[in-house]
Amino acid sequence: MERLLQQVVNGISLGSIYALIALGYTMVYGIIKLINFAHCDVYMIGAYVGYFCMSYFRLGLLPSLLIAMVVCMLLGVAIEKIAYRPLRNAARITVLITAIGVSLFLEYGTMFFVKAETRTYPPLTGWLARIFRIGNVVISMQQIVLVGITVILMVLLQFIVKKTKTGKAMRAVSIDQDAAELMGINVDTTISFTFALGSALAGAAGVLVGIYYNSINPLMGMVPGIKAFIAAVFGGIGIIPGAMIGGYFIGMVEVFVSGYGNSMFRDAVVYAILILILIVKPAGLLGKNVREKV
Amino acid sequence: MKKPIVAILAVVLAIALLAGCAGNKGSTGSEDRNKVEDGIKIGINYELSGKVATYGQSSVEGIELAIEEINEAGGINGKKIIPVKYDTKSEPAEATTLATRLITQDKVVMILGPATSGSFKAQIPVAEKNRIPVISGSATDDSVTVDASGVKEYAFRICFTDSYQGTAMASYALNKLSAKKAAIIMDSSSDYGKGLAKNFREKFEAGGGTIVAEEAYVAGDTDFNGILTKIKGQDFDVIFIPGYYDEAGLIIKQARNLGIDVPILGADGFDSPKLLELAGAAALNNVYYSNHYSSLDEDPKVAKFIENFKAKYNKEPDAFNALGYDLAKFAADAISRAGSLDGESIKKAIEETENFDGVTGTFSIDENHNPVKSVVVIELKDGKQYRAEKIAD
Repeated sequence: MERLLQQVVNGISLGSIYALIALGYTMVYGIIKLINFAHCDVYMIGAYVGYFCMSYFRLGLLPSLLIAMVVCMLLGVAIEKIAYRPLRNAARITVLITAIGVSLFLEYGTMFFVKAETRTYPPLTGWLARIFRIGNVVISMQQIVLVGITVILMVLLQFIVKKTKTGKAMRAVSIDQDAAELMGINVDTTISFTFALGSALAGAAGVLVGIYYNSINPLMGMVPGIKAFIAAVFGGIGIIPGAMIGGYFIGMVEVFVSGYGNSMFRDAVVYAILILILIVKPAGLLGKNVREKV
Repeated sequence: MKKPIVAILAVVLAIALLAGCAGNKGSTGSEDRNKVEDGIKIGINYELSGKVATYGQSSVEGIELAIEEINEAGGINGKKIIPVKYDTKSEPAEATTLATRLITQDKVVMILGPATSGSFKAQIPVAEKNRIPVISGSATDDSVTVDASGVKEYAFRICFTDSYQGTAMASYALNKLSAKKAAIIMDSSSDYGKGLAKNFREKFEAGGGTIVAEEAYVAGDTDFNGILTKIKGQDFDVIFIPGYYDEAGLIIKQARNLGIDVPILGADGFDSPKLLELAGAAALNNVYYSNHYSSLDEDPKVAKFIENFKAKYNKEPDAFNALGYDLAKFAADAISRAGSLDGESIKKAIEETENFDGVTGTFSIDENHNPVKSVVVIELKDGKQYRAEKIAD
């Protein structure tokens, strides 16, 4: 029982990271039908910004988190403006390949500046380094912070999307771009805003991973990026609550496969889930089957 | 995925280059090399930039210190060593090209390096073809000097092999730590990790121990809580982690966080300052790993080396520095005994090396071109080297 609870704690921590990244994928897909492969590298940049804030400027966790989110926000908007906007009316495969190009550019560009070696966040001190033991279940303060900040950001996101005017515009553009434009919505601004939101979340995930695992490198985004993408597909790509559920689900699956099954098969199981979803319910858990009219 | 392609490219390149040389000369004559009156040219072919640059740079620092000392003492039989240094950029194909250049254009009498097994292996065909010995200080992969087709005539190394380390750590666990049950968490994405795990398992079981759990991860993983929580419920005396410091540091940290406080064992992949940064000082207690050398060694020869190294580079030498230093001294020793400067005589002299007295131990070269030497097991306490013990199998 204690082991089960411990695994649940592990799974929720891991799942929070996937969920934060998955939100960015799903929001961008929802609005311009693009799988933004560069998204996982925005997450990596966030981790590096946090690293420089914390180890060179000796800032605390919250200021570093905010700076990383702002930098990533700007980066996300810039990527959209420079790389994707000129291709707005191009074929989808063109944009997709551009996204892969941007992703490689960010990875190897970063590697050029900071070198390929792994870097470590400064050791945690004070309240952040505390560890709680409830019976045999161990929960670290970092895990609580990780999950706490994730939940706060998700609630904030839900609020923006559901209750604000910009959120309404986002939903409108994702349903029908042309009709939204006819209603007087500025489509370009709305798309930029979506990229800004998604990238800020990825930046936050980067910093949280930095303090939780204490290890960052320029290619750190690749694998979590793919896993988060699977999470987004699992929940139904384009649907925000779906990405959250998907993220936690994938995190749990990974932990339980290595915890109760065989750690060798952990990644295989996750990828098998992707294949299974695509065969059985391509629209995802929360997705509705929309019939395409011919 | 990339490695096979690089290997194939290396081979293709080697063949193309060799075909080019073969036309005008066949195997290189020895007289050119003897003509150099004022000195003896030795090739230094190392990873000075790229992915594993730290290994290459550290080795070269040791080599350069040794060459400086040898030249100050009058050189080899009155002739100074002239090092010719190139950068492989951590790419095996580049190592092959540069080896060809060193042998055919620079006319070196032997090549030292590269540091990693893959790059070192890539230049061996060039060495064999031209009959010039190549020696590595740190290529630990088992198949470097000997494979299914036999011993590679002109390839040597002065470090122990991966399988030897796995075996040594298993004996250490059984005899020194009185362990009966062990858990293995291995890097299943590298030959290094798999080889170590296999040899540890065989030796540990042969010695009466049992492996209660065997888990795996791949390079680049950061979350090991799932695996660790799973094995936490089981009963074992030690954990063996065959892998590199990048992941090992995180595993140790997460294991200690979860309250797993049994001894943790590893191999020379642990030897990096990054291990301390990743795991934190508090987690690095009761950690043991095998290595080539320890700065705690009280041998006067080692103390002298540390003193000279510090004077030149202003830092503590690590295992790669020490291996590089030994490598250059070892090469000079062989050349001084060879009598002639052609590849064949030097090769013979290397084969005949007995009880070479280096800072990484005293060793002889066996029939498989490997050194017969002891492993140093280092114990960490609060992240620092606390105790070092030599284990001779």
